[in-house]
Parts: sequence; structure tokens; C-alpha cells
Amino acid sequence: MKQLMLGNEAIARGAYEAGVRVSSAYPGTPSTEINENIANYKEIYSEWAPNEKVAVEVALGAAVSGARSMACMKHVGLNVAADPFFTATYTGINAGMVVVVADDPGMHSSQNEQDTRLLARASHAPCLDPSNSQECKDFMKLAFELSEEYDTPVILRLTTRIAHARTLVEIGERVLPELREYKKDIRKYVSMPANMIGRHKVVEAREIRLAEDASTLPINRIEWADRKIGVITSGAAYNYVKEAMPEASVLKLGLAYPLPRKLIEEFAAGVETLYVIEDMEPFYEDAIKSWGIACSGKDKTGVQGELFMHKIDEKFNGAEPVGPMNTTDIPGRPPVLCPGCPHRGLYYVLGKLKLTVCSDIGCYTLGALPPLSGVDTCVCMGASIGMAHGMEKARGVDQAKRTVAVLGDSTFCHSGMTGLLNMAYNRSVGTVIIADNSITGMTGHQNNPANGKDIHGDPTTALDIVKLCEAMGVASVRIVDPFDLKETEKVLREEVARDGLSVVISRRPCALIIKQNNKPFVNDPDKCVGCGMCLKVGCPAIIKTETGVRIDPTQCVGCGMCGQLCHFGALHSAE
Amino acid sequence: MFNIVIVGVGGQGTLLASKILGQLAMNNGYDVRVSEVHGMSQRGGSVVTYVRISNDKPLYSSIVEQGQADVVLAFENLEAVRAIPYVKEGGTMIINTQEILPMPVINGLAKYPADCLERTRKACKTVEINAVEIAHECGTYKASNVVLLGVLAKTMPFPADEWKKAIEQCVKPRFLEVNLMAFDRGFNY
Repeated sequence: MKQLMLGNEAIARGAYEAGVRVSSAYPGTPSTEINENIANYKEIYSEWAPNEKVAVEVALGAAVSGARSMACMKHVGLNVAADPFFTATYTGINAGMVVVVADDPGMHSSQNEQDTRLLARASHAPCLDPSNSQECKDFMKLAFELSEEYDTPVILRLTTRIAHARTLVEIGERVLPELREYKKDIRKYVSMPANMIGRHKVVEAREIRLAEDASTLPINRIEWADRKIGVITSGAAYNYVKEAMPEASVLKLGLAYPLPRKLIEEFAAGVETLYVIEDMEPFYEDAIKSWGIACSGKDKTGVQGELFMHKIDEKFNGAEPVGPMNTTDIPGRPPVLCPGCPHRGLYYVLGKLKLTVCSDIGCYTLGALPPLSGVDTCVCMGASIGMAHGMEKARGVDQAKRTVAVLGDSTFCHSGMTGLLNMAYNRSVGTVIIADNSITGMTGHQNNPANGKDIHGDPTTALDIVKLCEAMGVASVRIVDPFDLKETEKVLREEVARDGLSVVISRRPCALIIKQNNKPFVNDPDKCVGCGMCLKVGCPAIIKTETGVRIDPTQCVGCGMCGQLCHFGALHSAE
Repeated sequence: MFNIVIVGVGGQGTLLASKILGQLAMNNGYDVRVSEVHGMSQRGGSVVTYVRISNDKPLYSSIVEQGQADVVLAFENLEAVRAIPYVKEGGTMIINTQEILPMPVINGLAKYPADCLERTRKACKTVEINAVEIAHECGTYKASNVVLLGVLAKTMPFPADEWKKAIEQCVKPRFLEVNLMAFDRGFNY
């Protein structure tokens, strides 16, 4: 039976059919839907881990103990998980282990354009690169076979256009392998130098063996056509090549690393001109050139953004460039904090106090956009705390009293806790604000260790953030409601001035997860003087008019924040 | 082969429209590619979804590029203007004539263009419909996406019954009646 499946859904299906027993992940676009779909299979134990490092360690433990296992993450998640992963390729596994990593060329929802294939090479892990949902499912099953055959964790790399495209998939049955026997093996699983010196030799031998076998692996295949032009490609780029250059011969790489040298040499010898067309870094091209094979590609496509059919048509076929997609003379439509978003009140107060804000990864990064423009830095999960601390240590206590770190509840659990411990340990007098909206928001509302619900929404232990901070030695921990602007301002003024480390928990659930019962607000034109105070919070429901503002009743959730800002009593509930 | 681009603002129900289209094409033995946008831009930003279906040529890419769209379904007037480059020669834009102001306009930093519909009409064939109002009359403004599918149905080679079957497979049972009514209103527009 065929089904129309998202790439991420097909990955989950492939895992199910391959007999996966354990799946651990941290949400991150464009990978989130993998574990969400895994959670629908009762036969698989699934969980949200606090971060990707933990997820990979969980998967490794499960694999070593004899169960097929997986971890999923976005590309930058593998940086967090790199520590266990880079040694897991040395220890090897027992039952199969796959780490699914989703890259984001074009940065649709990411902070960089990092290419996971480079990390696969650096860690000596095999890496698969599917082109559609059917391949997502098939490659997932193959990845487990390779993992067990070569005794290594395997990376299955996706890109946004594969992860978030729906294509037809032939559904199969779940085949559940027996749990493999777990045998204590100190020389393999204990990463002491003496043991790992031996394992490094195993890694090298395995990689050479797989590179040789790769030339006959069916997912690396030559599609012979006209031999004037030959193209080596993979993943999403393959799809664009097939549409832009239907007459060219193609070597489609299903295995992105290690490369099938014999097959590539055979293909190169069989065509007059060889192009390498790949998303992101010149990963294949550099390797192929290093073997003395003439080829080109990145000189034409560059490394930035996504490849598309038109781009290939223009750069390789000499087609006329198509006009620009961007219509520049009309207003843009950037993403915004939702109406009723609790982060809005927090950022309004931070702006009013003119504080330097080291922010973090999450919906609240949107506080950087006008009119709030309330963010100074945002780098990676948890960096807010470390960077605020660094500013304090570089510039002194005065700087600490003008600076705050802002991060969400899920981000705090992910990698904020160790940064806070560092502040406590190293005598910081800084202020950390945990914007606790009881959910992992930007990725589409996943539960996390601080909200008391597991991946299925069932009740579980909730992290007590207050007690945790106190146990770390934070001098002052206070909770505010960011909808109460006066109180939030008062508390923040006191805490940034304090001669000791403080944490302010700005606590109110995400506007999208609680039912808003309030009536929309209206503006009384007789009272409105058109001062524009209410526009400072950047609420999408408050619209500037010639004489003042009007409230869009279809957008307004009646949170009342604008009413607190109006000095003239013009904004009030509609009832 | 038939290429459709669906454009709108995060939260308008563009994803359901693409899901129904994909289901419909699959039910009728077509190959399908649907490309969606998730994540950051869903928060009130511009969203674009591509749907490609074919029962003759093989499909590879899941993206509809400039000048390739047979039809653009625009859920909002300004987004319609932004999507003009997608429409191929002789292609059509179906527009839900709604205005949702983007943040730069809300703040008074930019003006919402007064000539969105005129500009689109000059660029391609248009069908303009107040789908929100019609959907509201059917019972919920949220069904405006299915009103637009009703309009789209007239340009595509599938009988109305097949559309209704696909709608039934994609919407929750308690919303089925409203959506079928919305489809009919669009289809008979």
C-alpha cells in the first residue's frame, strides 16, 4: 500500500519496520516530526531528551545492550552530541544504531548552514543521503544493516527539502530482530587510551572496507544516458539535476561517506565533462579532485543557499537567468511574536530598562525584530548565560548590572543549567531570566523536562527550576508574570541591581497552548491621543491608523498588555 | 503535470489545503510531490507550499520555481503580489481577497499597497473570492482554505466527488459537513 508521507514521517516508518526499540531526540527544525511520528508507534520506546548529547548517549546505551536504536536532531544538534558520537564510532555498537541529522541549506529555520557530511567524515561514521520519502524509509532500514555489518553508528542525513516534502511511500511490515546478547567487553566499550588505540585501528580498517564495498552498494548507482556530460550528485540536488539536465548521465550517491572511489573513477572515465552538483560544501568535489579527477561544480553554484532546478539550468546549461523571486517594492512579512505571547511583556520591560540582552534560541529570539529590537546576541542553545557571564568578567560588575541573559525553559534544560552553575561557582552577580512558557515553542510545542509531561503528554516528574537554582547557590530566585508589566519592571530593576547572582523566572504559558477566554480589546477613539505607546510592544493585533490605532478583533486574544501601556484609558476590553 | 503554489500567512490553513490536494492526486493514481514550510516562518510570516502532481512526466523536485505554476492559490492579497513570479504564462491566480497587515505596516513603517489586486490582474489571469466570508456563512471562517480548493477544482481534471472523498480523508469528522459545504460554495462560485 502506498501512502503520501513527509520525509520525516517516512524515517519514522523505516525505523518502525527496521525493528527499532528505542528512540531519543531533542526537537529542532527540520527534524522534529521524526520523533513525533515515532511516538505514534506503541512498539517503540520514544522520549524527548533534554538535549542531543543525552539522546545519542541513550541510543548508544540501548544499542550496546542489544536493541536497535536511534537518535534524531537538527544539524547543530550533532555539535552538542559530537562528544559521545565521535567516540561511539570507536567503541562500535552491538545492535544497529542510527543518528538522523537534518541539515538546513538556505537557513529556513536555523542559525547556520553547517554540512553534516563533514562531521560524518570527521567522526568516521558512514553517512546516507536520501532524495525522497521512499528513500528515507529504505535508507533507514539499510542504515541499520550497515550499522550492524560494520559495527558503527551510522548517520542518516536529511536536508529541509527532503525532511519536509511529501512523496509516495510503499509501506511494509515491522520485522523485529531478537535482542542481541549483551556481553561485557572492556576492551571495546571502555574508552581508555590503551583500549581505544586498538579500536582506532578497527575504525580505519572498517572504513577502508566500507569504502571498497560502497562501489557495489546498490544505492550508489549510475544512470547512463548521454555521455557528453556526467553529473555526480545526491540528496535534494539529485532531484534538481534530473529536471534541469534530463539528458545527462548521473551517478547518484546514496552513501555520501565514505565515497565509492572505484565507481566514481569508472563514471568519470565514461563521460566527457564531469560535474559535481551538491548542496552546501564541496564535499564530493574536493575528494574527487584529490584523486586527480578533473571536475567542477562549486565554482558555478557556490556554497550558499539552496540549489534549485533553475540555478542548475542557468549555471550548467547556459539557460537565461530567471527573474528575481523577491518583489522588493512591497512590504516584507517577517515572523512575529504571536498575539498574547508572554515574551512580549518581558521584552518590552527589558527595552524600557535599556539592558544589554544576551538572548538564546527559541521563539523569544523574535524579540530581536522591530519594534522591540530587544536582543543583543543569540548564538546557540544556552549561549545566553555563558556570554552574559563573559561580558561581566571582561568589563566588571557595572556591566553585569546592565546585562541579562534570556532563555526559555526548554533551552535552560538543554544547556543553560551548566552555564548557570558556572555563574554561581565563579561569583557572578549577573541576572538570568528564564522565559518559562511551559513548552518547547518554536518547534511546534513539544513537552520538556520542566513542564511535567512526557512525549505522549502523560504526567511525569517536572523539574523544579526554583529549587534547582537555589541548590546551585543562586542568591535570589523570583517568579514574575510577564503580563504584569509594572511588577516585572520592579523585580528586574531590583535583581539587576543586586550584588549577587539572581534568576528571574518569567512564567506564563505560551499563548498557543492555553485557551484564551478574554474578549478582544477595542480602542476608544475619543480617548486615544495617537501617542503610539501601545505600538511599542509590536503586537500584530494593534494596527496604526491616521489618527491613532485600531484593534483587529480576529487577531486580539484580549491579553490586556496594551491596556497597561495606555496612559489615557483608551484601550479596554470590548465588553 | 500540474504545478500549484499555495501562499499565505502562517496560521491560515495552507497546510491542510496541500494535504487534501496530495491525497486527491494519490487517490487518482498520480505521482505527487508536496513541499511544506515548518518552523520559524510559521509564526505569522509568509508561508509557501508547493504541490506537484503528474500522471505523465516523472517528478523529482518538490519545488515549484519561477514561471512554473499552473495555479497559485493566494490566501491573502499582498502574498498574491509576492507570488506573481511563480505563475507561468497563461497560468491563473486564485485569490482570497483578504488583507492581513504585516508588522512593518502595523507599525507604520511601510504602507500596505492599495493596488495589490490590480497588480496581480495585470500580471496574470485572476479569480477573486472572499473565501473568509463564504466560509463564515458555512459555519467557520477556518474553512476558507476549502472554499479556495472548490474554486481550484474547476481548473483541474478531477470530478467533484473525488475532491470530496479527499476532503473526507483529511479533515476531522466533526468538521466534514462544514468543509463539504465550503467546497461546494467555492466550486459553484
